[in-house]
Amino acid sequence: MKGVCVAAMLLCLTACGTRPEADEQTARVMTGGSTSMELLMNVLAESYARDTGGAVVTYEPTGSGAGVDGAASGTVDIGLSSRYLKEEEKGRVVETVVALDGLAIIVHGENPVTGLTLEELTAVARGEITCWSELGGPEEALAFIGREGGSGTRTAFEEAVDSVDRCFYHQELTSTGAVVAAVASNPGAVGYASLPSLNEEVRGVAVDGVDCTEETVRSGAYPIQRPFLFLTPRGGEMGEEAAAFFEYATSGEQKGLYTLAGVVAAFG
Amino acid sequence: MEGKRDWRRELPERGMHGIFLACGLAAVVFVVGITLYLVLAGLPAVLEIGLWDFLAGARWASTAREPSYGILPFLLTSVYGTLGALVLGLPVGVLTALCLSKMAAPRVAAGVRTAVELLAGIPSVVYGLVGMTLLVPVLREWFDLPSGATLLAAILVLAVMILPSVISVSTTALRGVPAEYEAASLALGATETETWLRVSLPAAGSGIAAAVVLGVGRAMGEAMAIMMVAGNVANLPGLFKSVRFLTTAIASEMAYAPVGSLQRNALYSIALVLFLFILLIDLLLHVLLKGKRRL
Repeated sequence: MKGVCVAAMLLCLTACGTRPEADEQTARVMTGGSTSMELLMNVLAESYARDTGGAVVTYEPTGSGAGVDGAASGTVDIGLSSRYLKEEEKGRVVETVVALDGLAIIVHGENPVTGLTLEELTAVARGEITCWSELGGPEEALAFIGREGGSGTRTAFEEAVDSVDRCFYHQELTSTGAVVAAVASNPGAVGYASLPSLNEEVRGVAVDGVDCTEETVRSGAYPIQRPFLFLTPRGGEMGEEAAAFFEYATSGEQKGLYTLAGVVAAFG
Repeated sequence: MEGKRDWRRELPERGMHGIFLACGLAAVVFVVGITLYLVLAGLPAVLEIGLWDFLAGARWASTAREPSYGILPFLLTSVYGTLGALVLGLPVGVLTALCLSKMAAPRVAAGVRTAVELLAGIPSVVYGLVGMTLLVPVLREWFDLPSGATLLAAILVLAVMILPSVISVSTTALRGVPAEYEAASLALGATETETWLRVSLPAAGSGIAAAVVLGVGRAMGEAMAIMMVAGNVANLPGLFKSVRFLTTAIASEMAYAPVGSLQRNALYSIALVLFLFILLIDLLLHVLLKGKRRL
């Protein structure tokens, strides 16, 4: 009896556990590369699947370098990179900038400082400036708040201020929202957050005299930003499905998706 | 006829026994499975980094260009944080237990007990949220710090979080002290306070030790609340420094650690270390409770 009971339970479990296998007939576009582009690719893939009635776009977070290699060797249809190509890579793949990721420098709403230079920002990030009075502000201790190791936002910021692995943080938080909240509750805080996550609780400061807005990011005037690239093999044709997705992702109608993913669309 | 009735009664009985056994075994399967998985997943990184460099390395920079995987900052932070929470939470908890079990009028005791139960039921993310929005800014003001997200903030939050388990276990232990002990002490002329502190507390010693261990386990394993108030920078611990615990070290980097990378494997190794820590504490609890039964 015990045996029958257990068998019945197992049967139950297997029945619940079976999942219909993905239909091999469905169109498949393989993308891979930059881990920072995960959110953007998920948003694009989900919307693409909905609009085409189930076309599958896969995404492998392997890193920008692997994205270049993958596009060049054809292991992915579209490679993804969150940095511009190096000279030696340009012969192998073609780059298309699809989006720009602008990082706003945010401070508490009561902080009177309205602008910083890139050099000042570097000093802040490296822990060389500890008081706002050194930056023309009040006698308030300065707390530098950023993201955890491995975050693409953190890498982008540290590269922009030339301080990779040399930053001195007071808090390392695991989401942009948490950084914004921490800055909002600390009059001495300064942090970085992607442009669309700005809200009325915190204030963005100009960097080198340029405010962080969609326009200045798109024109390249705002210095703390990085590109999101689609990469395709040089001299090779994209498959039909890949080309359709490429077209879809770079059409002006999808700008809202980019905003949703926290970046500025580079086209349209 | 007789046999048939027996069979009818026995079949559901046997069936239920089978289900009970299966449920009991499920717990065993989960524990064994998790242990095996942690050991298998946690060992490779330890072997690659080296046990000594891993445990005693003072620098954690898993995503740097020249990565370094020393978890000493996390180990020390977890130990200091837990000790700090005990130093603050234990006296309050034990005295609350004394109040509940010996002193308070039934109506007061019922009120306090309800409060303690509610405290136990508050999700840790709520502790974190309150700590982040109320405690952290206050600490920043009081101690004139750049940021209030420090080890001290974590200790204060943890001290409150361990209160319910410390109180409930100590209360049970104090209730279990034979009334004759206290009656004898009072008859000899000791005041009530003297009796509670000198007779009841020592008699309930092993139970209170169990409360301590339970509190340690709770503090050691907490992640969410701490993540929101401790700042999460991998510094060697200091009361006014931003720190990262063993738990938060895993939680804060898991999202971006690529599968199969040394970074991710090292996070599994941290989980293994944490697991061994908690296991040790549970063993201690076991020994203490056994001692209590002998009393």
